[in-house]
Amino acid sequence: MKRFHLVLLTLVLFAAGLGLFAYKVYWLHFPTRPDQQEGRWVVEAHLAFSAKNQPVKAVLRIPSGNENFLLTDENFISRGFGLTTKIEDGNREAVWTKRSAVGPQGLYYRAVVRKGGVEEWGGKSEKPKTEEELAGVRREALTSLVTEARQRSADTETFVAAVIDLLTTRAPSSNIRLLLGRNPDALKKAQVAAQTLVEAGYKARVVHGVYLTNPGRNVPWVHRLQVLENNVWTTYDIKNGSRVSGDDFLPWWHGDAPMAEIKGGNRMRATVSVDHYQEEAMGGASEYAMRVAPGLVEFSLFSLPVETQRVYRIILLVPLGAFIVVLLRNCIGVTTFGTFMPVLVALAFRETELLWGLVFFTLLISLGLLARFYLENLKLLLVPRLSSVLTIVVLLMAVMSVMAHKLDMERGMSLALFPLVIMTMTIEHMSLVWDERGAFEALKQGAGTLMAAALVYSVIRQPLLQHLAFVFPELLLVVLALTILLGRYRGYRLLELRRFRALIKDKP
Amino acid sequence: MFRTLRRLRERGVIGLNGRNLDYISRYNARQLYPLVDDKYLTKQLALRAGVAVPELYAMVEIQRQALDIPRLTEGKRGFAVKPSMGSGGEGVIIITGPAKDGFRRSNGEIISREDLNYHISRILAGVYSLGGQPDKALVEYRVDPSPVLADVSYLGVPDIRIIVFLGVPVMSMARLPTRSSQGRANLHQGAIGVGIDIATGATLSGVWRNEIIFEHPDMGCPIVGINIPDWDQLLLLASRCFDLTGLGYQGVDIVLDKQKGPLLLELNARPGLAIQIANNYGLLPRLKMVECEATALKTAEERVDFAKQKFGVPIPAVPGTAIVN
Repeated sequence: MKRFHLVLLTLVLFAAGLGLFAYKVYWLHFPTRPDQQEGRWVVEAHLAFSAKNQPVKAVLRIPSGNENFLLTDENFISRGFGLTTKIEDGNREAVWTKRSAVGPQGLYYRAVVRKGGVEEWGGKSEKPKTEEELAGVRREALTSLVTEARQRSADTETFVAAVIDLLTTRAPSSNIRLLLGRNPDALKKAQVAAQTLVEAGYKARVVHGVYLTNPGRNVPWVHRLQVLENNVWTTYDIKNGSRVSGDDFLPWWHGDAPMAEIKGGNRMRATVSVDHYQEEAMGGASEYAMRVAPGLVEFSLFSLPVETQRVYRIILLVPLGAFIVVLLRNCIGVTTFGTFMPVLVALAFRETELLWGLVFFTLLISLGLLARFYLENLKLLLVPRLSSVLTIVVLLMAVMSVMAHKLDMERGMSLALFPLVIMTMTIEHMSLVWDERGAFEALKQGAGTLMAAALVYSVIRQPLLQHLAFVFPELLLVVLALTILLGRYRGYRLLELRRFRALIKDKP
Repeated sequence: MFRTLRRLRERGVIGLNGRNLDYISRYNARQLYPLVDDKYLTKQLALRAGVAVPELYAMVEIQRQALDIPRLTEGKRGFAVKPSMGSGGEGVIIITGPAKDGFRRSNGEIISREDLNYHISRILAGVYSLGGQPDKALVEYRVDPSPVLADVSYLGVPDIRIIVFLGVPVMSMARLPTRSSQGRANLHQGAIGVGIDIATGATLSGVWRNEIIFEHPDMGCPIVGINIPDWDQLLLLASRCFDLTGLGYQGVDIVLDKQKGPLLLELNARPGLAIQIANNYGLLPRLKMVECEATALKTAEERVDFAKQKFGVPIPAVPGTAIVN
């Protein structure tokens, strides 16, 4: 029964730990490596115009993000303008207003874009705007275009391809020339294609955006055709009529409206620049998780103040150190001073680094032991003697720090973080073992403690483990499960094989 | 390494993890530990149950009481000072008699009254107790060891350790002080452990520093085939300690006194495993056998009979010598 209980408990712990871990890695894209970097883009729209000393209203269409991109850190920069944002015809718009302004004005919109978005903010439910009624010959031309494309296609995709093909062919028919006008650009073609599709009963729109792949100032607009298929907007390249994925295309706005409109000003110029940079993956992942699973971030370690987070980066590794001590003691059979003394010493090593840590620890303990043996002669009571040793340890540490500083050894300064009281108790304990069981046993245990501390230190300083423990604290449940399992380990300790080796000889 | 592992398992050798999990934590209830960790309590229990223990001359609970020691021990043939909650023989001082300005210790040194008082203050402060808790110092009868074992010991007081599982003595050894153990009878301090046949009370081979030996390393005298006197009485005494404390798995330390016979020295709730090397035999088969049969065995006599029937082993042949009958 107890056995079943134990197995069940460890299974639950394993499942909970690994399950949450998997959820965070696969669904929330939490990075599993500490140095994982992630691409980010800064897009910036600049609206410049001259004000004519009358009320100004500037409208700038701004991106809303889609399933491929997430917008974070949006900034609207303007001086003295009132700002509202609203959703108009499925587009997000920033509206700047001012009672009166004179001279050149600059309005900025700035956002950080990263991959992995959520649903469009106002996108899907929106109905495509019906085109204004077309009259006369234009309408006739449109109808014949629809008929021709219908004949050459079988389904939506091929229909769209046929329309685009007809519109972009080198020798367009007179109908199409009428629709496109003289020297049509990509935008015009896209607009006519959208009109044609609407005429044919589809829901279609033109989407304007930028390619994030070529960052720079004043990046060109790219216009694409979007058709609603099965309630999803599918994007078509207007040049060749093929479907395109939206991996590196950031849609900015859609429809026939221009990117910006202005009242009470002239000489308007709107430009967009794209900048690319790398950022620690964790920041992005938590922003994403904030949208998808806000509770998880709200109640995670990331919600703590940065100072506290730093402390937890260390604290969360302590269970791992304790687990190593369990392995060393119960599976190998190493004897150490105190149960978790090695973990504490290892934490102190973090400040001094291993080599110096070992040197300082050994020096401090040796000098402390000498002092302790001297105090032995004075025949003091226990607590006064412990306090005396503590005082001596403090003084020794101060002396060593000063000496290290004079010798230009930076590391000496961090010595002060060695756990004082622990050192004192170790000295006392070691001197007792020295008295009772001899120098050999005392040195053996001392060496065991140092070895265990060095091992714990070299494990907990791994950046990967630090990262995993902090980002995925649920993995400690797995450590807990393993520890519980080891708690029922009844086999021999490695060093017992040596201890009992006399017994493996056959009976005489 | 795996061969070693397999051999040890075949021989039923139990490791510390196995002992802790399957025997100590299962059969030794924690609330019973104070009964054996505190030698004063053990002594009280033993006296009530009629088990012979070394006579207590004085118990020092506050430093001032140490002043009475010379008066209370006057006319006695020395005494022993022990921490009541000590373990592994630590902090024990044996006094053989008064000396000028102090006392003579068993190792021949003189200890001044002042030094003895300091030692007692250390005991009271908890230097030798588990977890450093404040302790009491016991001043008690100095055992006059029976020559049977004393003859094969280098100074000090040899004693007999019997592992008692659910009241059945399962394995036993004599612990003989050596030069390197400085008169102390604890194996980790360098004493020899000599296995004792449960059925007959005759000594088997021994263990010294984890090696199997047949002679005393200091004195060269054989340690095999010595017959312990009053063996049945010793087994009965050990078996009764189960009723005394209720601890299922315990080590009973008995000393053989020249005049007073077997005396219960102390009980141990976490007896060591070196006894297996001393007996050249694993504990596990015997423990399992007892686990099956223990409920049928009601009295100490029944349990001792069971042990004598089941756990007898032949005396090992000493390498390089012929056994003379």
